[in-house]
Formats: sequence, C-alpha cells, structure tokens
Amino acid sequence: MSDVHAGREDTAPGYERPVGEEPEAALSTYLIGLGLAVLLTVVSFFIARTTLVWQPSIPVALAVLAVAQMGVHLVFFLHITTGPDNENNVLALAFGVLIVLLVIIGSMWIIAHLNHNMMPMDQVMRMQG
Amino acid sequence: MSGAGATAGGLHAAQPATEHVRDALVSKRIVVGYGFWIFLLSDIVMFSAFFAAYQVLVNATAGGPSGRDLFDISNTALETACLLLSSFTCGIASIGAQAHRGSWFYGAMTVTFLLGLAFLGLEAHEFAGFVAQGAGPTRSAFLSAFFTLVGCHGIHVTGGLLWLLTMMAQVFAKGYRPDILRRMLCFSLFWHALDIIWVGLFSIVYLMGVAS
Repeated sequence: MSDVHAGREDTAPGYERPVGEEPEAALSTYLIGLGLAVLLTVVSFFIARTTLVWQPSIPVALAVLAVAQMGVHLVFFLHITTGPDNENNVLALAFGVLIVLLVIIGSMWIIAHLNHNMMPMDQVMRMQG
Repeated sequence: MSGAGATAGGLHAAQPATEHVRDALVSKRIVVGYGFWIFLLSDIVMFSAFFAAYQVLVNATAGGPSGRDLFDISNTALETACLLLSSFTCGIASIGAQAHRGSWFYGAMTVTFLLGLAFLGLEAHEFAGFVAQGAGPTRSAFLSAFFTLVGCHGIHVTGGLLWLLTMMAQVFAKGYRPDILRRMLCFSLFWHALDIIWVGLFSIVYLMGVAS
C-alpha cells in the first residue's frame, strides 16, 4: 500500500484509508455511520405513523430523511467523500444521481399530466357499456 | 524497427519498468473499485426505473388492496434492522480482511450472512402472505409494480449472499491475496449499495404507503 505517501491520488470507493495499524481505529467510522443511520431510520418510522405533525408534510419529511440516510451510507459505509482524492467517484455519483432524478421525476411529471388529461375511468366504462 | 532494438531498450529501462509495474499493481485496486462503482451506479439507475414505475402505478389498485391495507410496518422495521446491521457487520468484515484478521473477517461475514438470510426469510414470508390473501402480482398494476421493485431487490440480496459465501471460501482457500482483497472490496460495495436501495424502498414504498 505505497499510495499513502503520495499527496494526491485517486482512492477506490469503499476503501478505508489505513488510519493506524489497528483495525479498531477504522471501526469508529462504521460506528458513527451506524449510529446516524439508526437515528434517521427510527425518526422515519416514527414520523410515518405519528399524528402530531401536519399530515401532508409527512411524505416530504420521509423523502428528506431517506436522502439524508443515503448520504450517511455513502460517506460512512462506501467512503464516497468530498476529499480531493475522491473526485472521480463523486463525479460518477453526480452523473448517476442526475439520471436517477431525470427518470423518476420525469416519469412522475409526464404520467401526472397524462392522468390529468385523460377521462376518468368510470366514464370510459359507462361509454363502452 | 527490429525486435532486438526493442529488447535492448527494455533492458536499459529495467529500473523504470519495475517501478511502472509496481504502480500498476497499486492502481489496480483503484481501477477495479472505480469500475465496480460505475456498475453499481448503473444498477441504481435500473432501480430508479422500477421506482418510477411503482410511483406512477401506486394508485392503480383496480379495486384491490392498497399498500395501506397490506403493509405491516413492524415487519418492515425488522427487515430494515436486519439489513442495516448486516451492512455494519459487512464493514467490520472488510476491515478484518484488510488487516488480515481471521476472527474479524469470518465472524463478521457469518453474522452478515445470517442477517441477510433473516431479511430474505421475512420478505419471503411477507410475499407469501400477500399471495395467500389474493394480493399476488397479477391482482393489480400496483401489486405488479410492488412485486417487481421489492422482488428485484430481494434477488440482489440472494445473489449477494451467494457472493458472500464465495468470498469466505476464497479467503479460506487462497488467503488474503491482493486479488481476493479486491473482490472483497467489490463485495462490500455491493452489499452497502443494496442497503442504500433498501432505504429508498422502505421510505417510498412502505412508509409512504402507510402514511398517505
């Protein structure tokens, strides 16, 4: 592992830079990640069933919590960080996120418009009958 | 132009050549990890298409049961706990593999396997319950999209479990060789990515299905 001496190189995604010789030191990253992920998961499950907050805000809150937890997983488990040696991994991720958002939001947008413009199904049934 | 000239050049450049070979060996881990990361992102793009299909069809229940009628959130919570903990133990296993510590590697891999198996058992039980209620994938467009999306994740977990056993066998038979460690890096990336997809699944499918 002679890439430690060089100042600026690429790292592999998921690769834990050796902090010390002892693996106990590397464990702390995963422990922090696990703690944050458990916290976000518990909040998600609580919010889904609570009646304490304004109901229409729940899906938005769930989406925000999910994105936050994905971020936690990416940083603490997959070690995709903003460090200078991680540029290629982050750029690939950014492109992936762009495609994912285009596919999901684009589909929902277009189909919502189609549904809006289409005759309600029960009327179609009545005309056929 | 002659072969002899090229050989002579190679001999003169013996020192830089070995240097180059060593650099290539070091960077191979980076290249393999990067390539596998690209594959994972393409897998996530494929899942995004299933997510989009689900989101579009979530209300197309054709008079059948909706998510609110079907989903048991405590079952989902158990599945989530299994997969999140298995992602953590998979991290411990990859630390153990890099540090060449057998107890960490084999212990954590075994726990990861058992948690993954428990997740699959819970999911299979849930699916069997739906089908028994007459809410199989043929009931409505919503249920077709549901079984496709969640089932596709389940198939990935099944494949991951087989890969996990292969990694344990390869480390046992071949030791902590650089090529084996590269495969272990890819496996841990794969397993963590499955957990990321599950975060989307339990939030969008189960929790939003119950909340809305």
